[in-house]
Amino acid sequence: MLTKRIIACLDVDAGRVVKGVQFSDLRDAGDPAELALAHGRAGADELVLLDISATYEHRSTLLDVVRRTARQLFIPFTVGGGIRSLDDAAAVFDAGADKVAVNSAALADPALIGRIAHRYGAQAVIVAIDALRVRNGNGLHFGVKATGGRHSTGRDAVEWASEAERCGAGEILLTSIDRDGMRDGFDCELTRAVVSAVHIPVIASGGAGAAKHFVDVFCNGRADAALAASIFHLGITPIGDLKQELQAAGVPMRWPC
Amino acid sequence: MIAIVDYQAGNLASVKKAFDHLGYESAITADPDDIARAGKIVLPGVGNFEATAALTGAVQEVVVKAIDRQIPLLGICLGMQWMFESSQEAPQLRGLGLFAGACEKFPATVKSPHVGWNQLQVAGTSRLLRGLPENSFVYFTHSYRAPLVEATVGRCEYGGAFSAVVERGELFGVQFHPEKSGTAGLHLLRNFCEL
Repeated sequence: MLTKRIIACLDVDAGRVVKGVQFSDLRDAGDPAELALAHGRAGADELVLLDISATYEHRSTLLDVVRRTARQLFIPFTVGGGIRSLDDAAAVFDAGADKVAVNSAALADPALIGRIAHRYGAQAVIVAIDALRVRNGNGLHFGVKATGGRHSTGRDAVEWASEAERCGAGEILLTSIDRDGMRDGFDCELTRAVVSAVHIPVIASGGAGAAKHFVDVFCNGRADAALAASIFHLGITPIGDLKQELQAAGVPMRWPC
Repeated sequence: MIAIVDYQAGNLASVKKAFDHLGYESAITADPDDIARAGKIVLPGVGNFEATAALTGAVQEVVVKAIDRQIPLLGICLGMQWMFESSQEAPQLRGLGLFAGACEKFPATVKSPHVGWNQLQVAGTSRLLRGLPENSFVYFTHSYRAPLVEATVGRCEYGGAFSAVVERGELFGVQFHPEKSGTAGLHLLRNFCEL
């Protein structure tokens, strides 16, 4: 049976893993290559490395980090942050990534998704969407933010996910800005809305704090995978314990692994 | 030396990295002379079946000759599908036809691509799978699948059963990515290296 995936995420700034709350207040959490290896051994099904500053000066640092991280890692490895062109994607693939996550650049130019998919296959392109709850007169909808949550785009997250699929995305990485770093649970409503609208796998992100949150996002949010960062780095919830709890709750897991 | 055939289809470096980790010499190459000299050949690849168009001609010729000389050949993902007759994904192209049948799209009842860790059911005696526990988890990412054939030694269930591992003599094919399948994948690659 196809299992649900537990994905460990490393937010990297200037070559170090950092962790923030609601996309700011960053703290150092360690060396990316070391943490990646530890997460892989602990049972992570995949690893995602997001370059959260993604400035031009840090680009060569990032590629070096990707190379070092990929060397010992024998599980799928995604890199995102600052990928603006096919050439940027190619550099990251050459450094050892299996998939790239594109966000702001895809919003500005959706055809970028197709260009990368054409060369590396749809399975290698994840479209990352940072969504924020917006209340208006008629109720609730989910807006899309660009550039690390800084800029509103006026777009709807569910519609954008659908368009991204049509453009050739292989997976959607859906982050709730409201829940990021809060450890009070994933946004299941947001996740379910996007899962219902697309036919490609959806990775839920933002809000992981305890095993019950994962059960909830798989069962109620219908996510294909769930991503978390700090609870794994800080050892709050060991991945093995989490997977056993999920398995006991009837969620198919790769365990033991 | 293990020749990893370079036809611009995905992340070949990760396959080489796995062989490096296991301590076996390999080289990523598109040079027919290199491939002709290799003790083993790997056809990696992910993406569209169209990419296999780059294999026809000199590379195909040298691979076919190597097969005749009983050189072990391992097709991974798209590389495995190329060992079948054809694929719905690019019907104008022909595969090597080493295994019977055509690769087909998943039924609409399941999400496609099939992405993630799924279990391998051992379906026959296999040198490639030797020592691998039954129901081991391996990592898949593909939109088309190969049919069950006589040479199927490992099957997987997703919208019905399909060939996850095929093996006949010195010919081996795996639909999943052993280079991305943790210790189970490395175990399988070591088996191939030790043939």
